[in-house]
Amino acid sequence: MAEHIDVSIEHRNLPEPATNSKPHPNTCPGCGSHYRADELAEHLWVCPQCNHHFPVGARDRIKQLADEGTFVEEAADLRSEDPLDFFDLRPYQERLAEAELRSGLGDAIVIGRATLERVECELSVMDFQFMGGSMGSVVGEKFARACESAAERQVPVVSVTSSGGARMQEGILSLMQLPKTVCAVEDLKDAGGALISVMAHPTTAGVIASFASLGDVVVAEPGALLAFTGPRVVQQTTREKLPDDFGLAESNMRFGHLDGIIGRRDLRPYLGRVLRLFSHNGHGR
Amino acid sequence: MAAEDEVHLRNRLGRLKALGLLRGARISGELSRLQKQLERISEASDEEIWQHVELARHDDRPYTLDYVERLFDDFIELHGDRSRAEDPAMITGLARFAGRTVAFMGHQKGRDVHERARRNFGMSYPEGYKKAMRVMDLAERHRFPIISLVDTPGAYPGVAAEQHGQGGAIARSQALMSRLTVPITACIIGEGGSGGAIATALADRVLMQENAMYTVISPEGCAAILWRDAGEKVKAAAALKPDASSCLRLGVIDAVVPEPPEGAHGNWKEAARLLGEALQSSLEDLEGVPGAELRRRRRAKFRQLGVFAASTESTGLSTAATPARK
Repeated sequence: MAEHIDVSIEHRNLPEPATNSKPHPNTCPGCGSHYRADELAEHLWVCPQCNHHFPVGARDRIKQLADEGTFVEEAADLRSEDPLDFFDLRPYQERLAEAELRSGLGDAIVIGRATLERVECELSVMDFQFMGGSMGSVVGEKFARACESAAERQVPVVSVTSSGGARMQEGILSLMQLPKTVCAVEDLKDAGGALISVMAHPTTAGVIASFASLGDVVVAEPGALLAFTGPRVVQQTTREKLPDDFGLAESNMRFGHLDGIIGRRDLRPYLGRVLRLFSHNGHGR
Repeated sequence: MAAEDEVHLRNRLGRLKALGLLRGARISGELSRLQKQLERISEASDEEIWQHVELARHDDRPYTLDYVERLFDDFIELHGDRSRAEDPAMITGLARFAGRTVAFMGHQKGRDVHERARRNFGMSYPEGYKKAMRVMDLAERHRFPIISLVDTPGAYPGVAAEQHGQGGAIARSQALMSRLTVPITACIIGEGGSGGAIATALADRVLMQENAMYTVISPEGCAAILWRDAGEKVKAAAALKPDASSCLRLGVIDAVVPEPPEGAHGNWKEAARLLGEALQSSLEDLEGVPGAELRRRRRAKFRQLGVFAASTESTGLSTAATPARK
């Protein structure tokens, strides 16, 4: 309880509060509206005023997409090892433990079987909160297992990506997750399976340069940054003037890299339609 | 500095070991931690790893075309991606090598200022990878084995490169390589820089020259992000372990190609001879394997890369699931 609330107008002449402090996560960066968490959750984490798409964690995303009670998680027990004994300003082990505590996830991806609008599929959903959604050995392995599980059951994979790229702390092994996930997608396709790729904000670097780009159908959420190299690094290395929509979903759509930009409220019905088109003729070769 | 650390650590290790009768868990944990640190010091110091980075980027190091000139007969360069542009940062072509026709691709850095500008320092646009893919298709149709030399700081990070689909091009180039049924041999001959490198390195045999580097991010980039100071590049390089022996230990490459004692930059002719030998023996090893089997093995090899554990949450125990190959 505050003992004293000062409502005097003398504060007018005080210096502006520091502007470098981070805005509240529930304040819309698009229009400045502020929401309670439950309000945002009810609107699927989309701003009802300006349609800004807030980031969604893996668990919430699965709740939004899977039919209630149908999601069965797979490979939940996989954890990153620290193959390089990586130590920057802090040990990698410590960063992992902290990320697990904060996000409640074992790594930056959750996979499992589910039905979406009553169509059987495999879900593979990334979570940006876990070390920037970076792809290390566990993300690569779980995505590959999702493909294998889908191929075995002859169902499509629905993949939702949100990642800053490969996980530097696993060094060259994180780069190897690119060919690893690519090979997994090719095995899935050879088995007659389909990959539906949904790119959420941000899908960059190692993830856009591997499985996320290989969907039979590739769509993105509005305003998502989809780039191999992000705007800051491009600016710094080339000193080029960047277009306002650099790397955004809308720009990617214009240049022919996407099949559609699907708002989050329409995502589930859209995916349902796509899945039904892929499943009507059965899957085999 | 490393030597001083080593003496200090050895002293502490000696004292801890003397406490044999106290064999508590905490102390044995401490023991193994110190032992690990010692092993790291005797492996290679930060400065030694940084030397690899400097050698891999050495101005006088032979580049792709220098090897092409010394190893191949009848090299015919093929240009253009057939849809948009010619990317001089990526060389492709057909050649005779050790009595057979091979399809070839490799990143090309420039020797002088003008060539560097023209070849964009060996950083490809999507058009470069699309050109490589066109030549892979050609190789598949005519059953030519593929040789790919990798020497790039990374894929080009520019506005046009993004607009033309840099990420998708790298993904599709790998996907195509995973589908081919002809033998593919890749060798990292200088810088194996991240996505730009793996785009043409999903091979049956991945070789790496002794003083080359292979890394997910440049040490400077890693230092800027994790240390918030690009000046910490030496520490970042040591942490990333981009050197050939580390890559071999992690199972990322299949063999290290020796360089002449003075380094490839000191003796191009000998470096080319050693590389030629390694490429030829790889080609011969892969020749008899049926295409479908080759592809199956290639995919299986990349499928198993990674180190992770399956934790049993209730006990906190962990067991290594797929340890890196020795």
